Amino acid sequence: MSVVPVAAPPIVEAPVAAASKEGRHFTLGSLPLHIALILLTVIWIVPTLGLLVSSFRPGFLVNRTGWWTAFSPPFQFTLQNYSDVLQSNNLFASFLNSLTIAIPATVIPIAIAAFAAYAFAWMRFPFRNALFLLLVGLLAVPLQVTLIPVLTAFKVLQLNGSFLGIWLAHTGYGLPFAIYLLRNFFGSLPNDLFESASIDGAGPVTMFFRLVLPLSVPALASLAIFQFLWTWNDLLVALVYLGGDPAVAPMTVTVANLVGSLGQSYELLTAAAFVSMALPLVVFLAMQRYFVRGMTAGAVKG
Amino acid sequence: MDAQRITFLVGAVVGVPVVLVLYIVVTDWLIRRLPPAQHGRVRPWLWVGPALLLVTGFLIYPGLATAWISLFTNDGKSFVGLANFGKVLGDHSVLIAIRNNVLWLVFYTGLVLVFGLILAVMADRVPYEGPVKSLIFMPMAISFVAAGLIWSFMYQYQPNLPGVHQTGTLNAVWVNLLHQQPIAWVIDERVNNFALIFAAVWVWTGFAMVITSAALKGIPPELTEAARVDGATELQVFARITVPLLTPTLTVIGTTLVIFALKAFDIIYVMTNGLYNTDVMARRMYGEMFTSQNYANSAAIAMLLLLAVIPVLIFNLRRFQFQEAIR
Repeated sequence: MSVVPVAAPPIVEAPVAAASKEGRHFTLGSLPLHIALILLTVIWIVPTLGLLVSSFRPGFLVNRTGWWTAFSPPFQFTLQNYSDVLQSNNLFASFLNSLTIAIPATVIPIAIAAFAAYAFAWMRFPFRNALFLLLVGLLAVPLQVTLIPVLTAFKVLQLNGSFLGIWLAHTGYGLPFAIYLLRNFFGSLPNDLFESASIDGAGPVTMFFRLVLPLSVPALASLAIFQFLWTWNDLLVALVYLGGDPAVAPMTVTVANLVGSLGQSYELLTAAAFVSMALPLVVFLAMQRYFVRGMTAGAVKG
Repeated sequence: MDAQRITFLVGAVVGVPVVLVLYIVVTDWLIRRLPPAQHGRVRPWLWVGPALLLVTGFLIYPGLATAWISLFTNDGKSFVGLANFGKVLGDHSVLIAIRNNVLWLVFYTGLVLVFGLILAVMADRVPYEGPVKSLIFMPMAISFVAAGLIWSFMYQYQPNLPGVHQTGTLNAVWVNLLHQQPIAWVIDERVNNFALIFAAVWVWTGFAMVITSAALKGIPPELTEAARVDGATELQVFARITVPLLTPTLTVIGTTLVIFALKAFDIIYVMTNGLYNTDVMARRMYGEMFTSQNYANSAAIAMLLLLAVIPVLIFNLRRFQFQEAIR
């Protein structure tokens, strides 16, 4: 997915004036608006709902009748699909692999980016602007242009098919965005803060740990969510560098393979898909505020 | 998870930051032994060093190496200039992939922007804005693999025979409510590219909606109120005031979407694997790399992708420089 800076135009985080809230009550005239909006929302939920319902229906029904018939008697639901995919289709192992990939691939780039971002925001050095401009340019570069040489190097170093290799790859690919986001946030901290700390005799290390990091928790949280969702949901990087070895394959690779091998067994495919979606959905619902704030504050990675 | 794996995982999650902090603290202690004039000269490079090293190793060097590979025969022995590009562009199936990327570029970008704008404006006017936005935004959290599977299921096709029910949601509506013949949405070449594109639109609309919505709330209410007082209809306010004021934001969202459209891979890989004339550049590049083992062709396709992204890249750089200038 792509890494691109978004949202230059000043986006005011809305102290919404009362005036714009007018019309926020139901009137007959606004009925078409409500109908259209609710209809669109329903259209947006139906695909996920169909998936969820089907994953609890017995296989012989899923392939014969639509998922919506599950809401009329006889109500036939089962947990069999989940126990099937978790046990026999390698899904539980893949879940652990996804965790093993995504957690370090989130922590490592953020740690490395934080120091670099601080230097870009508050230290003076030759080529600083040129180097940062290079990083901004790299945000748009499709990572397809890196796959062949990196894979070749990984094969020589025996890093292909290893967690270490994919952590490094995700770190390299995630850094431009992480540095970009953090540098913009660090740079927006008030200058006086650093001046008074400096007068008190604090060096850059003290200022970074005592001042910048505690103040940047929201930005770090946004970045962590982006990076986690990106690495958890990544297919291409895992496909290329892990080489389809089921022992290390994350959920995305395993589920994509199941689509090929299970074909039309949608009761199993839907259960597998839902297992792969569960954690990102929980993360998203719990941290939605940071997610949205990070996106509107300056950037997004898809 | 076995003990070895857990040790490994904890080692990476705790170990790497600890090593980094030690690196910074120890080098800083060393820097302070230097004459004061040197401090500011050495320190920044130590702080950006690890990041620059990794970015060079994973993005800059491989990018240049790919350009190099694309100019040689597949065994890497003889220089062939742009012959690989000629070969790739002379291949009918690659041209189909390029055409499909153009379809993605136009329809994916356009539909996401339009849906995002419409939903943001509509949601802004109702009391249940929060829940609606959360629900529309939710697909952003799930993988394209899952999204591809969800939509393959939506597009399922059963022949129109007595006693056979349509199990795909779309065909059920199409056949039972609209009384049409069922369509194999993913296979039928009249519609399949749009079917795939719509799956991606479903995922990304929330992204456009959330950002557009934030920008919308930044528009001073006095502007729209003044227009209404002057007798403008809601549609005129939307077309003449809201949309022009949102244009900078929509442009920025658009650049993100354009890059995504050019790199589209997962959805196609899961839903059709490029069959039925739905292939795209990124999928084709992967296919050349692994199925055909032709690194030279694969590198040439990757370079074409990079070339296609360059206008957006330049646009981003210009915008960044402008932003920095007004900071």
